[in-house]
Order: sequence, then structure tokens, then C-alpha cells
Amino acid sequence: MTLYGGDFPILSLITYIPLAGALLLLLIPKEKVGAIRTGATVIAAIDFALAVPLWWTFDFGPASALFQFREDASWIDALGVRYIFAVDGISMILVLMTTLIGLIAIYSSFTAIRMREKEYYVLILFLQTGMIGAFCALDFFLFYVFWEVMLVPMYFLIGVWGGPRRLYASIKFFLYTLSGSVLMLLAILALYFFNSDGIPLLNIQGLGNVPTFAVEQYHAIGHLIPPTLQFWLFLGFFFAFAIKVPMFPFHTWLPDAHVEAPTAGSVILAAVLLKMGTYGFVRFSLPILPDASVRLAVPVVILAIIGIIYGAFVSLVQKDMKKLVAYSSVSHLGFVMLGMFAFNPMGVTGSVLQMINHGISTGALFLLVGIIYERTHTRMIADYGGLAKQMPVYAAFFLITALSSMGLPALNGFVGEFTILLGAANRNIWWGVAAAVGIVLGAAYLLWLYQRVFWGPLDNPKNRDLVDITLTGREAWTLIPLVALMIWIGVYPKPFFDRLERPVNYIVEKIDPDYFTAERLSVPPPPSAPTESESHAAVAGTVQ
Amino acid sequence: MTWLDLTYLAPEIVLAIGACWLLLAPFVFRGNGHSLALWQMLFLLLIAGGTLIWASSAVEQTPASAILRSMFVLDGFAIFFKLLFLGAVAAVVLLSSDFLREENHSPWEYYALLAFALCGMMFMVSGAHLISIWIGLELLSVSSYILAGYYKEHAVSTEAAMKYFLLGSISSAVMLYGMSLIFGVTGSLGLGDIAHVLQGILQNDVLVVGIVMLAAGLCFKIAAVPFHVWTPDVYVGAPTPVTAFLSTASKAAAFAVFARIFYMALSQFRLDWAGVIAAVAALSMVVGNLAALTQDNVKRMLAWSSIGHAGYGLLGILAMSELGLVSLLVYLLVYVVATMGIWALVIMLRRGEYAGESISDFAGLNARAPFWAFAMVVFLLSLGGIPPTAGFVGKYYLFLAAIGSGWGWLAIVAVLMSAVSMFYYLRLVVAMYLRDDPGRPIAANASLKLVAAACLLITLALGLAPQPMLTEVSRSLRTVVATLR
Repeated sequence: MTLYGGDFPILSLITYIPLAGALLLLLIPKEKVGAIRTGATVIAAIDFALAVPLWWTFDFGPASALFQFREDASWIDALGVRYIFAVDGISMILVLMTTLIGLIAIYSSFTAIRMREKEYYVLILFLQTGMIGAFCALDFFLFYVFWEVMLVPMYFLIGVWGGPRRLYASIKFFLYTLSGSVLMLLAILALYFFNSDGIPLLNIQGLGNVPTFAVEQYHAIGHLIPPTLQFWLFLGFFFAFAIKVPMFPFHTWLPDAHVEAPTAGSVILAAVLLKMGTYGFVRFSLPILPDASVRLAVPVVILAIIGIIYGAFVSLVQKDMKKLVAYSSVSHLGFVMLGMFAFNPMGVTGSVLQMINHGISTGALFLLVGIIYERTHTRMIADYGGLAKQMPVYAAFFLITALSSMGLPALNGFVGEFTILLGAANRNIWWGVAAAVGIVLGAAYLLWLYQRVFWGPLDNPKNRDLVDITLTGREAWTLIPLVALMIWIGVYPKPFFDRLERPVNYIVEKIDPDYFTAERLSVPPPPSAPTESESHAAVAGTVQ
Repeated sequence: MTWLDLTYLAPEIVLAIGACWLLLAPFVFRGNGHSLALWQMLFLLLIAGGTLIWASSAVEQTPASAILRSMFVLDGFAIFFKLLFLGAVAAVVLLSSDFLREENHSPWEYYALLAFALCGMMFMVSGAHLISIWIGLELLSVSSYILAGYYKEHAVSTEAAMKYFLLGSISSAVMLYGMSLIFGVTGSLGLGDIAHVLQGILQNDVLVVGIVMLAAGLCFKIAAVPFHVWTPDVYVGAPTPVTAFLSTASKAAAFAVFARIFYMALSQFRLDWAGVIAAVAALSMVVGNLAALTQDNVKRMLAWSSIGHAGYGLLGILAMSELGLVSLLVYLLVYVVATMGIWALVIMLRRGEYAGESISDFAGLNARAPFWAFAMVVFLLSLGGIPPTAGFVGKYYLFLAAIGSGWGWLAIVAVLMSAVSMFYYLRLVVAMYLRDDPGRPIAANASLKLVAAACLLITLALGLAPQPMLTEVSRSLRTVVATLR
């Protein structure tokens, strides 16, 4: 297919279709709500359909390039800024997930959003462009533009269509993320000077290269950056990404934003926006600043573990379902960070896979909470009980999703968490133990939530008239693709591991150039000398 | 001095004659003649612009006589700013026309004062000599004092003018004294000569005092802390179009002179003044942005915000590099455009002399005028430095210059304060989009719409495709940058 293999700028097309669609939507009069909804859905569906072939046209063979579907054009020559788009296995999967989640978010909003529909769909599509672009961009300037562009539509989504405390939540969201990202901007600029002229007054000698913002160039010079500079740059990036993830103690914006955001906003926030933070660590912090990453791994991991345990405990005591799911995100993303900072293929693979899993499971949980909220206008757990009798289909969907989120074998969460656990324990057994405690607690708060909402007597008389979702209905179809993915990843994750193998090994080698050679020396050589990737495939194979 | 030298001065001469004509015109045309005055003023600006373009190409063939060259240069730097001032003043004129009509003020003197101020600004950016800079600056200042008090029936406007005049005169006096000290040490007032003499001076305390006093006067004009106290009162008290003028063209002119003097004359001595300017920059950013947080009056909020922006702009001077100068010019351009757009919208919302000023006047603007609400968001994001607006390119460049010259800590202050600034810019966004609509119509007429739409277009275009602007700006700076090496 020339569309996906050749020079055709397929990634740009996928990125800008939502933007073009948003502009088209502006032309529809705002009274024609039906046309606006259909239009937005069709645009998101086209975008998803265009993104899906990336999955099988992406070449993950041994001779494949790390970054594929490359686009490279000059943009602002005066600064050395180029327009570089390309994806590796990690960002390709994240792009796919973003297009799918966007489609689902739009499709789930038909009944939830009853005011200013046109602006709403325009903003969601605009947000899609920002998110997809941020995953595809391989030029720091370009990345930063997309990164900041995402803030504005999300701010409006929370601020206009949110709950009672939406003003507070939206401004908090905006300022938290903005203050993190401006520090990242400084780190980017410092990198830029290190690569070219140096920073004379700080006595930092530059490398004298052509000024550029190309990320791959910084991957290449990462090991040349002096340790002190790495330390400060790591902190600059860390604040931006840790706030976005969010890691404890930078997580306080998240419960507010999630609780106040409309359902679709929460879904996108949980599934994609939080991944921007973890993606940032994988793409920038680790490969560019390997020395600082290793030196700061322990503090980061401690924060991750606190996040896991603290998030789980806080989830346990929540009275509001949405807040419970929000805090569970803090816990889950702690796992992602823990796996990533184990710096071995297992940990990083699990970490990336768990990014996807969290997007699917938590996205689905937010959708489910939204579905019941639309019927009853309450999210208080105490208002429910015995719903399984009244809404069996809904209860079934909720059960699968909750099980997937807590990591039951044969569902996606298990694969991710187990891989992370192996990776973390391989690095330090106590990390594994802490993570295991988190898994137990995760099961506790989700099962207890399920028990209180779905089992027991149907006490609340208001809940006697609740209408179940039907398998052919719109609501079910927002969930079915996600449930299918949960089962697919749970049962047969190999295609994901295949696509993640090369980029993950690349990152691990950036952190420790001797990782694979050292590992090969410690095990007796098998009959046919394995390549680095094969040895990892064998490891990944044991997980399945 | 030869007749050919007049080519260099042609735009200023045209403006001076035109301004005098505008003063005399009421005796020729009976009555108030608002539209007549407006058209004549716009025509004058057009002629001045045409003359500037002609002069800038003509001077390449006619070298100036030595005496002119030591006082007055028409280099790319000057041409850039002159075009910026012409554009900004044209926008201010368009913003003023309705206000003058409704308030029934005489348009002729108003336009004449604007033309004199413009003439002063255009003269001072070409100044290569402290005296010619001083003359231009005073012409601008005196015209501005009168313009600030143009609501002469209102105590608040008169108070603003009085405050501006008193503090302005003191700062001018301080600046002049600083110049005299510099003259005492170097024996010259020409920027080139000063730079030449300074090469042989390693340390001189009198000179440092002179430089600091000169900087203090300039910091007053750009409204940097601690010389900022006039700003909020004058911005609020002056008629809104005059505020628009003071916060855009006048501020950019002061920055241009600041950059001209410090880049061309004092770059050798940077280690002696950099610390003071850095402190002023940091204070301006912190005080301006923090004070803006609590303001409920839009004019007052923008006044504090402009104090903060003065701090950012100083980064471009502190950098003392080609990148720093380019970034300063780019930043001033995007700042002027976005600020002008905001003033156009504030004037659209007016319902009387001082309305459109409280944040609550913006409530529900999205329902009343969605396009203009969108434009306002773009302007605010641009001031906050959020992509894909022009403001992002400007801030990016400034921070790049600051880090490149080793001002890492100032860059950290700057980015944190730009995050803080989004907080109060968002208050307006919240009012426009998230508050209820009190149902008042907006007073958008064609000229206001023209200004706002043009500013919107420029802000978005420069944000998405900054390359042409950056190339043009870097090209225009050759002569000033040459003195750095």
C-alpha cells in the first residue's frame, strides 16, 4: 500500500483530519445538533480507519527502522526547527489508541452533552489533533507546540461542560500542567544550546553541532551530556511529565479534573492525556538523559510506589465512584512508572503495555460511571446497591472492566502488571513486593466497589426504574470495542510485544549500553547465537 | 549637512508638517469634522509610510554626510520600528474615531498630538546620538502627557496626566543627568563614539552611575519595576485608545531606544550594568504578574501585565547577542499586535466612557459575539505564550536568547511567571465562556472590527508560519549587530 509505505504523509493526514473536520463542523449551523454529532463521529471514524492499517503496515522485523512513516520538512530554518513526524512501536500503538478513544468519546457524548454541542465536538476534534501530533512529533519544538495545544481544548471541556466545581478544576488543571511544561521548555532550550554553541556563562561547552531540535539527534548525544547538566535537565522534564502522569505528590489536580470533567473528557484525560507524561519519560527523559535517569531512579521509584499504595488506599475510602476511578489512575500509573524505571526489557515493555491497558480499562470504567450517572445523576456509591438485578448487562460489562483493571489473568491488566512485576522484581525484589501489595489493594477497592454497587438488596427506590443498556444500543457499542481489546491483550498479547520489542530494547540500551551483552555473557550460549531481540522475545514469550 | 540628507529625515518631516496642518485645519474646515479629520490623519500616515519606504530605498544610493550620520541612522532596525509604529498608530487612530465622536472631543488636536508623538518615536529609533534620542523621546513624552489627560472634564484622567507628567519629567531629568555623566567620562554623546571610548576603559564608577541613571529613565518609559508606579493609574485614567497607544507603540519605542543605546554604545560595559537590569527584569516579571492576579479592572490588569511584559522584554537586552536582539524585536511585534487586539475588543465592549473595563463586562461574550470572544482568547493566549499563537514564538525566542547567554535563573523566573500570567488571562476567558450573558450588545463598528481582525490574522499567521518574520527581522538587524562584534 503506497499510502502507508511510501512518501505519503500518512501521519500528518491522521493528525490533521480531526482539525479539518473541526473546521468543517464550524460551518454547520449550531441548531442542527444531529448533523454535528454525526459529522463528528464520521470524522473520528475516518481518522481511526486511517490509523488502523498502521498496525499491520508497521514493520517490526529484525531489519526494520526504529522510526517509521517518517516525514521531514523544513519549517523554521532560523531556529533549526524542522517538521519531523515518525512513529516507533510505542507511539504507533498510542496513536491507534488515541484515535479509537477519540471516536468512543465522541460517540458516548450524544446524550450526555445537551448544551453548546457544536463547540463541544469542535473542541474534542481539536484535542485529538493535539494528542496525535504530540505522539508523532520527533522535533522538540513541534512536540512542545502540540503538547501545549492540548491544554486549551481540555480546559474548555472541563470548564464549560463540567460539574459544579468546574471553574476551579479547569483552572487548576491548566495551571498545573502549564507550570510543568514551561520548565520542560527551558530544559529543551538548554539541550539545544548544549548541542550547538554551549552555554558560556554556565561554563558548559557545546558540541558545536548544527542547531537543531530533532529528537533523534539528542538521543544520539545523550551520553555526552555531563552528569550535572543531565540532573537539571532531568528535573525540568520530570516536572512536566510527572505532573501529567500524575505521580505522587503532583497528582492533586487529577481528582478535581476527573470528577468535574464530562464523561468523554474524563475518558480522554485518563486514556490519552495521562499517557503523555509516561510517553514523555519513555521518549525523552530515559534515552536522552540516561545517567540522570539511573541516578534518580530510586527517588522516582519511591514516588511511584507511594503513588501505587497511596492511590489504592485513597480509592478504598472514596464515596464517589468517579473519584474512586480517578484515584485508581494514580495507583495504576505508579505501576507504569515503576516498570519503566526498572530499566530492563520486561519492565519497560510491561510499562508501555500497561499504558495501553490503563487507557482501555480506565477509559471503560469512566464510560460506565458516565452511563449510570446519566440515568440517576448521582455518583455516590451509597445511592446504589443491587444494580445487578436491575441492570444485568451493565453489571456484566462493569465486572469485566473491573476485573481487567485489577489484573485478572486472561484479561489485559494481568499481562501488563505481571510483566511489570517481573521486571521490577528482577531489578530489586522489594520493588516487586511493593507492586504486589498494590495489586492486592487494587483488587480490594474494585471488588468492594462492585459489591456495594451491584450486589445486595436494591434499596434505593429510585433505582427500581433504571433501564439496562442493550447490547445493540449506542452505550454498549462504546464499551464493546474496549472489552474486545481487553480480552485480546489478555489472551494473545504477542502482537503487542512484537511491536514494542525493538523500541523497548533501544531504550534499555540507551540506559545501559552493555545490558544485552552482559546478559548474554551470564547465560550459557544457546545452540544458535541469539540476537539481542530474540533473547528478549524468549523472555516475553514466557509471560504469555 | 546637505540637501540629500533630508532624504533620511523625509518621513519625520512629512509627519511634522502634517501634524502642524492638523492643528491648523479646524480653522479651514468649520465644525468638528470627525470623518474629515480621520481621513486626513489616515492619509497622513499613508504618506509618511510611503515616504519611509521611498527613503529607505533611496538612502542606499545617497550616503549621509558625516554630521548626519553621527546623529541619525536609517538602518534596518529603525525601519522595522518605524513601520511598527506607523501600523500601531494607524490602529490607534481607528480605535479612536468613534470614541472621539461619542465623547464629542475635538479630533484635530488629538490626531495632531498622535502625529507629533509618532514623529518623536520615529525620530528616536533612528537616533545614533544621545541628544537626538533625547529630543525624540521628549516629543513623544510631552504629546503623551497631553493625550493621557484628554478627558479633561474627568478628575481621574487629569490625575493620570498629572501623575504621568510629574513622574515622567523626573525620570527624564534623571536620564539626562545620566547622559551628562556618560558625556563627562567619554567626552561624547554619539553612540558609536561612546562604544569606541569604552573599549579603553576597564572600570569607572562615574560611568556606572551614569549608565544606571540612564537605564532608570528608560525603565520608567518601558514601565519596569521599580519605576512602574505610574502605569496602572495612567492606563486606567487615560482614554482607552490612548492607553492602547501608551501600552503598544510608546512602550515599543522606549524598548527600541533601550536596545539601541545598550547594544550600540554600552555592550562593552555589560558586566557592570547587567546585574542591575537583571534585577529590574526579575522584579518586573514577579511584581507585574503577581499584582495582575487580583485586578478586577481589565485596564488595570493589563497595566500590571504590561509591567510583567516589560520584564520579559528586558531579557532580550540582557542577552546582548544577535539572538537576543532578534528575540526582542519579535517579542515587541507580537506583544504590540496582541495588545492592540485586546484594546480593540475592550473598546467594543464600552458602554460609556470607562466601561468595558471590568472583567464582568466580558461575561457571556461568547454568546453575544462568538467570533470576537474567540479573537480575545487568541490574543490572551498569545500574551501568555501558548502555541500556536505568535506569542509562543516570541517567548520561545526570548527564553532561547536568555539561556544562550547564561541567564538560566532569569529564564526560570520568566517561564514560571508566564504560567502565573495565564491565571489572570484565563479569568477573562472564564468570564467570556463560562459566565452568564447579561445580554448587552457590543459596540463593534467597522474600524474596530478591522483592527481586531487584522491583529487576529497577524497573531495566528506569525504563530503558524514564523519563518518569514524571523528572516526579515534578522536581516534588518545587520548594522546594530555589527557593533556587537
